[in-house]
Amino acid sequence: MSTAAQPAEPTPPAANGEPVLEVRGVTKRFGALSVLRGIDLNLRQGEVLGLVGDNGAGKSTFVKILSGFHRPDGGEIVLGGQRVSFSSVENARTQGIETVYQDLALIPQLSVFQNLFLGHELTRLGPLRLLNKGEMRKLARQYLDDINVNVPSVDAEAAQLSGGQRQAIAVARAVRSASKILLLDEPLSAMGARESRLIIDLVKDLSSSGRVSIIVIDHNYAHLFELCDRLNIMNGGRITLDVQVHETSIEELTELMVSAYRRQLEEVQNAGA
Amino acid sequence: MRVLRLFLYQRELTPVIITIGLFLYFTIKAGSTFTGSLSLASAAGYAGPIGAIAVGSVLLLVIAEIDLSIGQVFLFSPWMMYWMHNDGLPLVLAIVVALLTCCFVGAVNGLITVRLNVPSFVTTLATNFILYGVVLVASHDAEGSPIPLSGQTGFVAQAMGSWKWAEILWVVAITIVLGVLLNRTRFGVRIIATGGNLIGAAEAGVPTRRVKVWCFVIASFLAGLIGIVDAVKYGSLDPGNFGVDYILYAIGACVIGGTALTGGRGTVLGAFIGAILIGLLEDGLTLTGVSTNQFFIYVGVVIIIAMALNVQFDRLIARSRGR
Ligand SMILES: Nc1ncnc2c1ncn2[C@@H]1O[C@H](COP(=O)(O)OP(=O)(O)OP(=O)(O)O)[C@@H](O)[C@H]1O
Ligand SMILES: [Mg+2]
Repeated sequence: MSTAAQPAEPTPPAANGEPVLEVRGVTKRFGALSVLRGIDLNLRQGEVLGLVGDNGAGKSTFVKILSGFHRPDGGEIVLGGQRVSFSSVENARTQGIETVYQDLALIPQLSVFQNLFLGHELTRLGPLRLLNKGEMRKLARQYLDDINVNVPSVDAEAAQLSGGQRQAIAVARAVRSASKILLLDEPLSAMGARESRLIIDLVKDLSSSGRVSIIVIDHNYAHLFELCDRLNIMNGGRITLDVQVHETSIEELTELMVSAYRRQLEEVQNAGA
Repeated sequence: MRVLRLFLYQRELTPVIITIGLFLYFTIKAGSTFTGSLSLASAAGYAGPIGAIAVGSVLLLVIAEIDLSIGQVFLFSPWMMYWMHNDGLPLVLAIVVALLTCCFVGAVNGLITVRLNVPSFVTTLATNFILYGVVLVASHDAEGSPIPLSGQTGFVAQAMGSWKWAEILWVVAITIVLGVLLNRTRFGVRIIATGGNLIGAAEAGVPTRRVKVWCFVIASFLAGLIGIVDAVKYGSLDPGNFGVDYILYAIGACVIGGTALTGGRGTVLGAFIGAILIGLLEDGLTLTGVSTNQFFIYVGVVIIIAMALNVQFDRLIARSRGR
């Protein structure tokens, strides 16, 4: 399904490199439900790839496989030329993969700065791993200032934040430590216009550094067309379309999604008949 | 407003004030009989075991689990030491084996809970009965005595429980260590994360299952440790003692101290204070000539009041968040 590098095409400036991530035939089922039926996808160095699909298409499941949360039932994942299989989220992280989950994965009872450093705590005294709260607080304040995220205080519990603020913290956490691949599962769903802009700019900044490659899931085509170099459509557990953003338009994509849906509907009806 | 805030965020404050109030009340009523070292040592004697089991339980309550068996572990551990020592193992080794066995029991409780997805209430209810049965069977219903070290005057014997204040000092030390563990270490963050949002914590890379198993191991270990100290203190073992008594008091102490049973939150210091409160109540009521039977009524009332306050405080916090 996925196209190989296309040398004839004028590649967007940010996405010119080798594939950093290649996914081949990844499958995943939950009991009787076969969610992913062979995902083929690749992500090039510095690229922003948008992942589109209906509710329940399996986008989040796919992201959770890449983040090390789920283990795939089949297929392979090649990271920087090496075949990998993540034993845990921690393991995927050490390989430079950071994730913003759809459910945000924040801890309501922990403070903003502790959530920001969750999994990356600064500690002292070696094996005792005493928290260096002062330093984490300071760095958290600095970082949130830098990226213009407003929270009442870095000591506020996550439960005290608004939905958009929580999402901003989750995005900030992942962006801050992503070194190779950043996975964003609907990072803007709770954001106001100003905050969306802020996060979009943050992601664009990160991608223009060329260091980090990004997969973003979003149901808003305007966001996707602004953020992404390329779009993949997921349908029936597979990637059914792979297009460069500059080769398509919101209208065309909407049309494609609708016709794909119709075709699926017909298939179901035919199968039933 | 300030004051209210202080009470909201320093959950231990309420039980501290109640404890001080109780202390003053009994001092006025019973005078030096109550403040004498004999009486206070007996209060500490009640509070010690409850405290040790309570502070361990806080870890479990924070991860939204419970271990009903650690009261029985507290009773089982000195038996283990006693049997090993009678079988010819040097005392130090007998203690080490006993404590390792306690850790093993904790690990089994934890592994069954996280691997088989059995609610820990059920898992540990079962291990509680098993341990009780093991003690009854292996002791042939006979009391165990004399306990090694008991009544001796050497430093080690004194430290391991012969000195009347040793046990409560152990519990103080454990409280400090666990308080630091929960509030100031990476492991503590992981405990709170696991209890606060199990799936979210796992998504964020917290090894939630491992964290849970370790909490069971730690609670079991601490109960076993103080179990040995307690046995050295009293000098004999009664196979008929049932551990559930201890765990119920301990959960009571946790609640009185400000730990709700909702996961994600808990105070180790509060649990310790809760245990002291229960100890003072038992000792004070005995001394003031009130029938000890009434003690249970008071304990129940204090737990209900504490729980009601906890719920109200949570509601107030939620409301101040709503703004
Ligand atoms: N842990 C799980 N156990 C069982 N079924 C699951 C699990 N996680 C997801 N599913 C199922 O897998 C399917 C795909 O879910 P997924 O969350 O990946 O969809 P999605 O594409 O992210 O949808 P949305 O756009 O609504 O976020 C759904 O039918 C869902 O019910
Ligand atoms: Mg999703």
